[in-house]
Amino acid sequence: MRYLPLNDDDRAAMLARIGVSSIDDLFVDIPPDARLEKAIEGLPGHATEMQVERDLTALAARSLNAGDAPFFCGGGAYRHHVPASVDHLIQRSEFLTAYTPYQPEIAQGTLQTLFEFQSQVAALTGMDIANASLYDGSTATAEAVRMAMRITRRNGCVLAPGLHPHYSDTVRTAVHAGGGIVEALTPAMGADTKVVEVLDENTACIVVQNPNVFGELVDLDPLAEAAHAAGALLVAVTTEVVSLGLIKSPGQMGADIVAAEGQSIGNGLNFGGPFVGLLACRNDRKFIRQAPGRFAGETVDADGKRGFVLTLSTREQHIRREKATSNICTNSGLCTLAFTIHMALLGETGLRQLAKANHARACQLADQLAAIRGVEVVNDSFFNEFAVRLPMNATKVVEKLSKKKILGGIPAARLFGPGGFDDVLIVAATETNTDEDIDAFAKTLREALQ
Amino acid sequence: MSTLYFTKEHEWLSVEGDAATVGISAYAAEQLGDVVFVELPEVGKTVAKGDDIAVVESVKSASEIYAPVAGEITAVNDALEDAPETVNDDAQGKGWFFKMTVKDRTELSDLMDEAAYGEFIKE
Amino acid sequence: MSMNKTGRPTTPHGDYAPQSGGETFSGSRGLAQQEPLLSEVGALDKCGVDFAPLPDVTPRLGGMERTGEIGLPGLSEPEALRHYVRLSQRNFAIDLGLYPLGSCTMKHNPRLNEKLARLPGFADLHPLQPQSTVQGALAVMDALSHWLKAITGMDAVALSPKAGAHGEWCGMMCIRAAIEARGELETRKRVLVPESAHGTNPATAAECGFTIDQLPADASGRVDMDILRQKLGPDVAAIMLTNPNTCGLFERDIRAIADLVHEAGGYFYCDGANLNAIMGKTRVRDLGVDAMHINLHKTFSTPHGGGGPGAGPVVLSNRLKDFAPLPYLCADDERWSLVEHDADTKEEARPFGRMSAFHGQMGMFVRALAYMMSHGADGLRQASEDAVLNANYLLARLKDELSPAFDGVCMHEALFTDAFLKDTGVTTLDFAKAMIDEGYHPMTMYFPLVVHGAMLIEPTETESKESLDRFADTLIALAKAAKAGDRARFTNAPMLAPLRRLDETRAARSPVLGWEKA
Repeated sequence: MRYLPLNDDDRAAMLARIGVSSIDDLFVDIPPDARLEKAIEGLPGHATEMQVERDLTALAARSLNAGDAPFFCGGGAYRHHVPASVDHLIQRSEFLTAYTPYQPEIAQGTLQTLFEFQSQVAALTGMDIANASLYDGSTATAEAVRMAMRITRRNGCVLAPGLHPHYSDTVRTAVHAGGGIVEALTPAMGADTKVVEVLDENTACIVVQNPNVFGELVDLDPLAEAAHAAGALLVAVTTEVVSLGLIKSPGQMGADIVAAEGQSIGNGLNFGGPFVGLLACRNDRKFIRQAPGRFAGETVDADGKRGFVLTLSTREQHIRREKATSNICTNSGLCTLAFTIHMALLGETGLRQLAKANHARACQLADQLAAIRGVEVVNDSFFNEFAVRLPMNATKVVEKLSKKKILGGIPAARLFGPGGFDDVLIVAATETNTDEDIDAFAKTLREALQ
Repeated sequence: MSTLYFTKEHEWLSVEGDAATVGISAYAAEQLGDVVFVELPEVGKTVAKGDDIAVVESVKSASEIYAPVAGEITAVNDALEDAPETVNDDAQGKGWFFKMTVKDRTELSDLMDEAAYGEFIKE
Repeated sequence: MSMNKTGRPTTPHGDYAPQSGGETFSGSRGLAQQEPLLSEVGALDKCGVDFAPLPDVTPRLGGMERTGEIGLPGLSEPEALRHYVRLSQRNFAIDLGLYPLGSCTMKHNPRLNEKLARLPGFADLHPLQPQSTVQGALAVMDALSHWLKAITGMDAVALSPKAGAHGEWCGMMCIRAAIEARGELETRKRVLVPESAHGTNPATAAECGFTIDQLPADASGRVDMDILRQKLGPDVAAIMLTNPNTCGLFERDIRAIADLVHEAGGYFYCDGANLNAIMGKTRVRDLGVDAMHINLHKTFSTPHGGGGPGAGPVVLSNRLKDFAPLPYLCADDERWSLVEHDADTKEEARPFGRMSAFHGQMGMFVRALAYMMSHGADGLRQASEDAVLNANYLLARLKDELSPAFDGVCMHEALFTDAFLKDTGVTTLDFAKAMIDEGYHPMTMYFPLVVHGAMLIEPTETESKESLDRFADTLIALAKAAKAGDRARFTNAPMLAPLRRLDETRAARSPVLGWEKA
């Protein structure tokens, strides 16, 4: 057993030192009739590294990899090129096998990269400050809503019609549990401005996604203004952070709290996880004190040298227990690091170029799909994702395409459930798509619709 | 002439007529360590004896401040927001938290005077 | 006020001697390289990524172009490598040395797991691809579920929780849903939580809308059964109990606790953070548990990564399984599907809702499964035994010089108090910082809260006897030095780390949470 350093001589010597005669003497507190006398039945015994690799590689071969097909799926998870150096760096032992930086003197690597991460996220979102990350964009959105409720001391929220339905469901589940009220407007394309019509004196925040789940760009300015006039906050959600290299940031449009999915930078699709949730807000003591999760902050050591520590911890569960702002006790550590390194490699120039490349590929895709008879591009504007209406059931079309080894977007019904959007397909293009990919998608879609 | 009272929760009240100034004792401030933040109540708030109405935080702890008697909050020490260290430097002076009315003076009879509090913290 | 006293200084104190000698002109010290912030080494016009020429298109941004500077410094690839490699060298890590953080389970992270999690057939799949194209990934989720159910004896698994605390929330939400289904949500509001519990337990129960009632420990560090009996009643929703508990002790009355809670109409939530001590030795089903989260990043060796990502699948009893959240996995003879909408659920299923956008931490599932397959049923049992043996060996070696919190044997971690430091002028914090100078990561300090100046040591099963002996020798030497009056060794520590003690008071009083904008 290659992960266990003790041998039987060691074990015997150690038991003798402890003063017991067998290992079971150390397990005496387990109720006798609940003890297992031998290894669990129905599970295999230990296996060599070679065997485990063989077995799992065989399972891995049973899927159609995104990289092996023309690929156009988005909907909250995007396929981008991640530079090779990112994965190399995050696998360094000192990053990979460290715990939460509880001892700052020997955790400056993690702490300084978290501080860099927070700074990058604040700049990207156009906000003053950001935390050290949450699980993913959807849970960050739920946390942002709960945070807005504590800040405003109100317990209602309004979800825009263009909010990703899985995000809506995540918010609803979390907020209902705490006794809050969620008003989710009926999903619709191009109807996000309706959120301001239902604001009342109990509304803590409105939650608006930009680009929205259909890829449409939403001008947040008037929504922020209306929310503020009603004493509510604007929670802005972004599922594709690359967009912020090209379109106005939520901070520039008056958002009070930003919740975003950071997977696009530095992180692969990973079948949906782990991802990295971003949370940014205004630099207001009231906001910071109600924020969930960790913060890294700057300070000095006893010799006056600059260093970083986890700070403002009195908000957190390990100190505040049932009065904590959240029960979260991790961040998305390594995914956060991958984000930071990828963003450092891109820099301002690279992020803008990356965003332009995404938009250009999406425009190219939209033009080619719109040329297909019966296909209508629904959006007035978009970044790298948009909705098309098909002359038949989109789920069936996507199945057909996958048989031809094309991963041709997400049927809206997959997100919203059947009924309502059955003929709508949501497609995304990124810098990873080639002319050939787009040609193949258009050609195969045309055939599938015939 | 004001009278100084202490609670078992390590708060002090300086009472003059039906007005009181409230803070935490020098002993408590020392025990807490470096105070990094004080969350103060809203002026105008009516409180019952024992309500938790403020929070004092060090780096690794958060402690509730309870209303020592019933009454209404009439003023708060805003200076603590930018200079929480005042609580450590001068807990029973410039480090006061809030002022309030004393609704029922009989509640004061449950409290300790300085000498009794001195005995209390020795225990 | 509630006197919440911490007992540890958070500002470097007065008798701190300045570091003597070895000051250099560069700020670096031999292999220890000085490294500024990204904002100080990078520049807005630097870039480490090349781009292909763009197709010529008409933009469709609807007048939403971002103008002005964003403020993101960049680096070329060689500069980026150097920056982050240098930063990495300022971290302690399991691969570098013994990391005895009690309650955190810093065991070896096998690299096979990393390799397999990166196979494109797992890592390069979109969560919303047609399910017919992701059967391999769903098969992994099913296999993981099978192992977790077999190890715990439980009836169902919810895979979507993204960390331990998220798993707690999942389990408690299942309990809430079950209580709601019984029509008792308005009356069953109280959750019993031992005072030794992780802070996540009361925080989680509060997020589910419950009120928290603390259970004190008895003299042996376990749940006080008399007080438990007094506190149980028709308004109790659940008990949240960690077992083995955070004092490193098995709750030997666990069956009686489960029975009492069940008789009172409540549910038994077990915090599974310490499953690594008992896997293969007992099944939580046989202990009366209704729900338990499993930290794949503790028990099943997925890396901690400086604070995440984790994964917290929840095993459920028959009483709770119908309330598991969306999405969940269905298996039908080697064909797997995900149920993602209420409309698609089976008749008896009443999911309490959705916890996150997608299906869970796939990357962690692959790693944990690879670990389980490597160990097998026999190896997992051996791992538990070795974890408990290692902890007891340290306890035996240290008990004369340090102060064990409780008599008798422990499970996978040994708890000490600061009694041995009495009158030395050395605190638990000082002692921990002196361990840094000796090349060790400190143990968990000041947790659990039930003993004074707690030191919680968890060596894990992946330490050799030689490693444990060196560690014990060092701690014994330190304890002797403290008792002999060598106070400066402790109060000045660490002297040999990249930085000395940091001013946490300053960080909290005037928070600086990001770099100065250029």
